[in-house]
Amino acid sequence: MGEPLLEVKKLKKYFPVKAGFFSKPVSWVKAVDGVSLKIEQGEVLGLVGESGCGKTTLVNVVLNLEKPTSGQVIFDGKDIYNMKPRELRGTRKYIQIVFQDPFWSLNPRLLIRDIIGEPLSVHMKLSTGELVAKVEELLELVGLPKEGVYKYPHEFSGGERQRIAIARALALRPKLVVLDEPTSAIDVLSQAQVLMLLKDLKEKMKLTYILISHDLSVVNYMADKIAVMYLGKIIEYGPADKIFSNPAHPYTKALFMAIPDPEKEGIDSIMTLEGNVPSAINPPAGCRFHTRCPVATEICKEKEPPMVMIDDDHEAACFLIEK
Amino acid sequence: MQKASFVPEVLKPRLMETKLSLYLLNRNKLTRLAMITILLLIIIAIFAPYIVPYPSHATGVLNPQDKLLPPSTKYFFGTDELGRDIFSRVLYGTRISLQTALIAVGLALLIGIPLGAIAGATGGYVDEIIMRITDIFLSFPPLLLAIAIAAFLGPNLQNAMLAIAISWWPWYTRIVRGQAVSIRERQFVRAAKAIGTPHIRSIFQHILPNCIAPVIVQASMDLGGVILTAAALSFLGLGAQPPTPEWGLMVSTSRSYFLNAWWYSFFPGIAIFITVLVFNLIGDGLREVLDPKTRKY
Amino acid sequence: MDSYFTVKNLKVNFRNFGGIKKALDLEMLDIYKGETFGLVGESGSGKSVLALTILGLLPIPPGVIESGEIIFQNENLLKKKQEEMISIRGKKISMIFQDPMSSLNPVFTVGEQIIRVICNNEKVSRKEAEKKVLHMIELVKLPDAKNILKKYPHELSGGQRQRIIIAIALSCGAEFLIADEPTRNLDVTIQAGILKLIDELKEELKVTVLFIANNLGLVSAICNRAGIFYKGRIVEMGTVGEVFKNPKHPYTLTLLKAIPKNKEEKIDISRILVEGEKLQGSDGCLYFERCLKREEICRNSIPVLKNIEGTHCVACYKAN
Repeated sequence: MGEPLLEVKKLKKYFPVKAGFFSKPVSWVKAVDGVSLKIEQGEVLGLVGESGCGKTTLVNVVLNLEKPTSGQVIFDGKDIYNMKPRELRGTRKYIQIVFQDPFWSLNPRLLIRDIIGEPLSVHMKLSTGELVAKVEELLELVGLPKEGVYKYPHEFSGGERQRIAIARALALRPKLVVLDEPTSAIDVLSQAQVLMLLKDLKEKMKLTYILISHDLSVVNYMADKIAVMYLGKIIEYGPADKIFSNPAHPYTKALFMAIPDPEKEGIDSIMTLEGNVPSAINPPAGCRFHTRCPVATEICKEKEPPMVMIDDDHEAACFLIEK
Repeated sequence: MQKASFVPEVLKPRLMETKLSLYLLNRNKLTRLAMITILLLIIIAIFAPYIVPYPSHATGVLNPQDKLLPPSTKYFFGTDELGRDIFSRVLYGTRISLQTALIAVGLALLIGIPLGAIAGATGGYVDEIIMRITDIFLSFPPLLLAIAIAAFLGPNLQNAMLAIAISWWPWYTRIVRGQAVSIRERQFVRAAKAIGTPHIRSIFQHILPNCIAPVIVQASMDLGGVILTAAALSFLGLGAQPPTPEWGLMVSTSRSYFLNAWWYSFFPGIAIFITVLVFNLIGDGLREVLDPKTRKY
Repeated sequence: MDSYFTVKNLKVNFRNFGGIKKALDLEMLDIYKGETFGLVGESGSGKSVLALTILGLLPIPPGVIESGEIIFQNENLLKKKQEEMISIRGKKISMIFQDPMSSLNPVFTVGEQIIRVICNNEKVSRKEAEKKVLHMIELVKLPDAKNILKKYPHELSGGQRQRIIIAIALSCGAEFLIADEPTRNLDVTIQAGILKLIDELKEELKVTVLFIANNLGLVSAICNRAGIFYKGRIVEMGTVGEVFKNPKHPYTLTLLKAIPKNKEEKIDISRILVEGEKLQGSDGCLYFERCLKREEICRNSIPVLKNIEGTHCVACYKAN
């Protein structure tokens, strides 16, 4: 394999906590605290974690919506935070996002033509006729009738809106698409359709995905590799099948056990974790998971576990993993 | 198919929206009544020269032999101290009042909305500066400020409109800014940013259209308030000048004859009252249409 | 078993600009005392409308209750006056809403909110109410109860808030609890905790639960019986085992197959027809346009719930 399409190196993003408008920050929210990742061309990386773990911030930094505190984001061999504005504008076209909630991600006052056409009109000079033709083409690409061009978002169902959001993301022929919980706000039947579509489009347009989700069945269906995040850090990383068949970190295990499976009956088929995700302002010392970990020992409270290789491509950050 | 050519594809969904809005407006009895009244007022304003019995009385022709006559079949609302027909003058006044209100509010909106949208959508220092300026304007009672500006600019109707607009825009800036701050966080704005949409375009395409609704409601209610303020300015001698048939001015001059000619102040007063009320009702109706949360189906 | 809660021939419509929209058309729904009944359906299928109708909170208009009865403890709830419903809500029937943030008042501490609910519904002194609140907080397994009471809703996490909501719902001795997607927007590990809690409370307080969800997994985890909802009708009903292990209605089958398992196994999507024949004003099966097993009879008459075996009921001509 050649160069990775996207490489994130020791990325940190801290948000200041201020007491007043002019005062100095009192402390920092460590939303992303030293994350390194590599995504190969054509791969689907599943980013898994609960709310507040920093997935969204990580993605915002990759999308250039927020500047990192430190670290690098290297896309196609170049650091995007070390680019001239014009070069950045050109690169930005290749990284797109599909948001979680299709009810808020489409401007309710615009026609579908203007929603899907927005990236086109921002980056290219097209006549109205050309624009409409392009939008129709994109609508057909995501399996919607082209009569939709002159409709408003509220005339579509949740699944259809998500297709529109996908069409908008694909308008500029991106290389990397971030899918931020693409199906968590829509029903199972629409979800199945959207997932099939995404898989299909990936082959057709040679896309690379970062899939953020807390629904592990979705991740399992889509992802080649999985990164599990907890409180701003990646605690397990590896190929999807290995993580699913043999989760190493206790948090990953707990996450898997908490999901109710329609094939299993009864309350004992799910397992709960004690407590809540601690605040990212003052994360626990030592292993960040020790406050909730069912198997924590003394060392976990004192020292932070490094990432250990379990397999040649499967790693996790826990002291209790036997090699 | 034939019919489709009359309505371009682009407009079809808008047409549906308009139909729905009209339906919703029409369903509320009070709003319907208010709409009919407004329509009537507009017709009166447009056709005033053709429907009033004594058009010349509105422009200052004197008729001293008929001065201060009570309402009769000849003069429906009676006459004033110069013998002019008050009915004709009140109807003519509709024209002036509607014009003043629309222009003053329109001007205020034109200043207020973009400023509010820019402040709310940009945040930081831009927001601080715009909002502090707004606060300065807001710290004066609007009527007082309007009086001061009108006095400074010189007493005539145009200056009165300008004065009202200047004292009125900060309210709209406030409303729009509040909306914009919440809409800025919506996903479609983030989506636009991720696409690479320039900030200014994002403000005018995504943020502004989504914060208009409450301003429209406020503005339609303010039309009444502005008519009142304009009347007040004229009453104080800072707005329209005689012989303009402005309602406030008429009420003002009628003061001296109040005891023996009740009709002189009564009819212009009623005209002001009805117009203000009707605009308020329309505002309420619009709120129901534009804000689905208060919609009662 | 004696029926504890019964819905019969309930028809609810919405009237607005577009005309009449059918929201609910329930022939029969029985819930037995002490069980957890799961209602699964996609959004817009009318699950929440049912919950609101039961509580007498359906906004009328646009809602119109055309016919039917809801019998709870031998009394028809639809015949009750609003004042009577007020004394039933909270004391007998209680509801947990989807969004724990907006169902709590942000300007009062959570303790204050629970105390108010208790004082409004029962004639007790404030002291007694406070004691009861502590008990309730312990019941929903929030550690450090005294401290939690003094907190404002925004200081709590989503899971803690939902526990408070449950405490409020049960604080006045309700014996019938409607949970409308109580774990939506919660993380999986937190969701698991809430599910366990509901299950335990059911045993401890002898509560009957109507659990509304759009996730089949949730229902199979905590429910005894389940009903599958499609466009305002129940299309399949039975014990969780019957419905999930041996689904008979094509819609249930589709729902189960639509859950992605893993990469090799394709999601069986072939049963979903987006562009189906639209039923125009006919009286046929509501699922007709998306159904792959349809026949002529399905177009013209609507299938009613029929018992197949045990307690398993299906509304489909092709199920046997």
